[in-house]
Amino acid sequence: MATAIETQTVDLAARFPGKVSAESRPGYSGFVVEKESLLEVAKAVRDEFGYDLLAALTGVDYIEQNKMEVVYHLHKTTGGPKLIFRTQADRVDPIEIPSVTPIWAGAEYQEREAYDLLGIRFTGHPDLRRILMWEGFEGHPLRKDWKEAFYEEEIKPYKSRWPEGKHTYAEFKNPFRDNLKFPPNFDPEKYEPEGEKDLYSSLERFSIKSEGGLKTDHVVVNLGPHHPSTHGVLRVAVTLEGETVMGLKPVMGYLHRNHEKIGERNTFLQIMPYTDRLDYFNSMSNNFGYAVTIERLMNIPVAERAEYIRVIMAELSRIQNHLVFIGMLINDLGSMFTPAFYAFEERELILDIFEAVAGSRMMCNYFRFGGVARDVPEEQMQKIKDLVFDRLPFKIDEMERLLNQNEVLVGRLKGIHVLNAEDAVHYSVTGPVLRAAGVPYDLRRADPYSIYDRFDFDVALRHNGDMYDNYLIRFDEMRQSLRILEQALKQIPGGPINSQKPNYQVKVPAGEAYGRVEAPKGELGYYVVSTGKQNPYRYHVRPPSFVNLTALEKMCVGKKIQDFVALLAMLDIVMGELDR
Amino acid sequence: MYGLGILKGLSVTWKRFWDTYIDDISWALTGKKRYRTEEGIKHRSSKNTRGIFTVQYPEERLITPEEFRFVPFLVYEEKDGKKEPRCTACGICSKVCPPQCIWIVRSSDPVTGKPVSTPAEFYIDMDICMNCGFCAEYCPFDAIKMDHDIDIASYGRSVYNLEKLLKPVSYYAEIRPLNYNAEEEERRAKEAAKAARTAAPATPAA
Ligand code: SF4
Ligand code: SF4
Repeated sequence: MATAIETQTVDLAARFPGKVSAESRPGYSGFVVEKESLLEVAKAVRDEFGYDLLAALTGVDYIEQNKMEVVYHLHKTTGGPKLIFRTQADRVDPIEIPSVTPIWAGAEYQEREAYDLLGIRFTGHPDLRRILMWEGFEGHPLRKDWKEAFYEEEIKPYKSRWPEGKHTYAEFKNPFRDNLKFPPNFDPEKYEPEGEKDLYSSLERFSIKSEGGLKTDHVVVNLGPHHPSTHGVLRVAVTLEGETVMGLKPVMGYLHRNHEKIGERNTFLQIMPYTDRLDYFNSMSNNFGYAVTIERLMNIPVAERAEYIRVIMAELSRIQNHLVFIGMLINDLGSMFTPAFYAFEERELILDIFEAVAGSRMMCNYFRFGGVARDVPEEQMQKIKDLVFDRLPFKIDEMERLLNQNEVLVGRLKGIHVLNAEDAVHYSVTGPVLRAAGVPYDLRRADPYSIYDRFDFDVALRHNGDMYDNYLIRFDEMRQSLRILEQALKQIPGGPINSQKPNYQVKVPAGEAYGRVEAPKGELGYYVVSTGKQNPYRYHVRPPSFVNLTALEKMCVGKKIQDFVALLAMLDIVMGELDR
Repeated sequence: MYGLGILKGLSVTWKRFWDTYIDDISWALTGKKRYRTEEGIKHRSSKNTRGIFTVQYPEERLITPEEFRFVPFLVYEEKDGKKEPRCTACGICSKVCPPQCIWIVRSSDPVTGKPVSTPAEFYIDMDICMNCGFCAEYCPFDAIKMDHDIDIASYGRSVYNLEKLLKPVSYYAEIRPLNYNAEEEERRAKEAAKAARTAAPATPAA
């Protein structure tokens, strides 16, 4: 019965005649919504059709058609296929599209990103500011007519490298000459920074007001960007009243390198090693997501043995990620070293395997379209088996004995609420945080990719949604990963490790694809538009860290500042993918 | 009782503390060296390791697995005392390189001006190389391979030219024996097949 409902396809065009039409471009799917009716349709999509989770929202600049398009990917937390709809606006500034934040709060940062990088103004957005670039930056880098300072050619490979490749330094192509654009009337010599008016005014606007009682001053404090517990260079501006957080705005982009623009210059294959650098703890999962997406576009099978290797690597990666999460969480709570180093020891053994198989401990670059780069040698397979059967289960138990009942830890974590199920879904939070709030949504089950449907495992689930549950669920997930690993290691067949011949110029038919995997931190999605050329026309990453961070304000406001670091740690962010 | 959980946790650290010395003692009793020996390092990165298993860098170094990849180098064969690069200047590596840090000048015949399949100049900007290994993976002539030598820190920029990039085949065979042998095997098989093919039509004619 349930499956009947889930597989039922939604026909938006029939529901909204005249306002919605079915997508007709070859290789595309979903619906095109008139921008005037966007909110009405979106509301119906959520309330009538039950698509409660906004997975990804991004813009595409169709410069030749003179259109700017926003694509929405929707999911049901009960599982089942996705729904795609899009809306278009003429590519004439100001480009205006209604904001869907009232319907899905998870759109907030993603819309800000689309505004920042593509210049789409979302009308009705509560706080539309730049997010990855700095205020005062000129232009919108993901537009097709925007060129970076070291711009050389539209796409790689660059012609200057061969056959007449005389080495020149990139910086000698003087960035201050014709490549750099300044706002009109801007003189870099006379520039005086204005401070961050926008940030602080929005912080003030969104700070809650204290009710009655003593009148106290609000103090604005900037945490970061250089603070060890922000896991990189995240800066968070908070308003405090006493010790209570009254308002909070994260500031990001310190590690921004416009991964997506680089991706659009790259050929399809060249993107693979760049994905390693997103969530650098889990390059295997990043590779996985990208490979799945491009394979969907190319419509090619994956070699059977490679499927198993992929799953083994992704699950090993999940285990080491969660170990580090636990270690670093305890570190954030003030207990340096011991648990963190215990975690790092096991991680070390897993990274040894990655190094021997993929060639690098963290920047694995291991997946290829149709398979993996090289086979796992027998010796390493044995090492994986040793770890999975003889070591990791006991080490996870040991970690639990070490920490779980520690009164200080329990006192710090228990009863401090992170998110309830409703808010978590509303804010598009995915991964362990969503499951700790009691929503059994795991892509490996909800929308199985690769060969996850062959394994017997449970979706880890906790119900209280407090920090302690968020902490415990990581242990549950590691145990489930071990279950998957045990089965995969027993079932793995021999045979080739790639269904395709090695090819550095893969042919990718025109069309779009959204591929997603359950990365250790949540849903990792890639949205790729191909025009049939050797490089993607649009390459978008939907990193779990970035989207999950949307809920940070909701999580922290009203809580004590002492808990902030632990709450942030719960989201398990990594700046490499957050800032991209 | 309050504090029991902490005690339970401490029992784990206590056990770990002693574990650290058990192997030291038992290895010493059997006369084996646990530190600064390959056997010791191997044991410390196996599933049986316990306690603290730090590898004391730089006195000790982890054993580099064959597939480990760091910046690329060019392979040359020694012929009559001359270095002959395997590279044919086909340009595939420079096309596949994601950050585009390979620069190749193809040689041309001084008389006819026609391109010759050997590189005149070859640069790799090691500061930009992201160690992805694509160049080695897609080179059809096994001419460029990933190195194991990680000590290349320098005070300036590191743009390697042909001279600095070239390393002998014997070095390649030494750091990557399995790969080297597999490639040689394949080459021999191909040559044998080719020889058979050229020999085959000759027989009926004779
Ligand atoms: S190293 Fe290999 S791929 Fe690169 S130019 Fe030489 S032969 Fe071609
Ligand atoms: S390893 Fe990768 S980045 Fe480095 S030279 Fe080779 S292809 Fe380029």
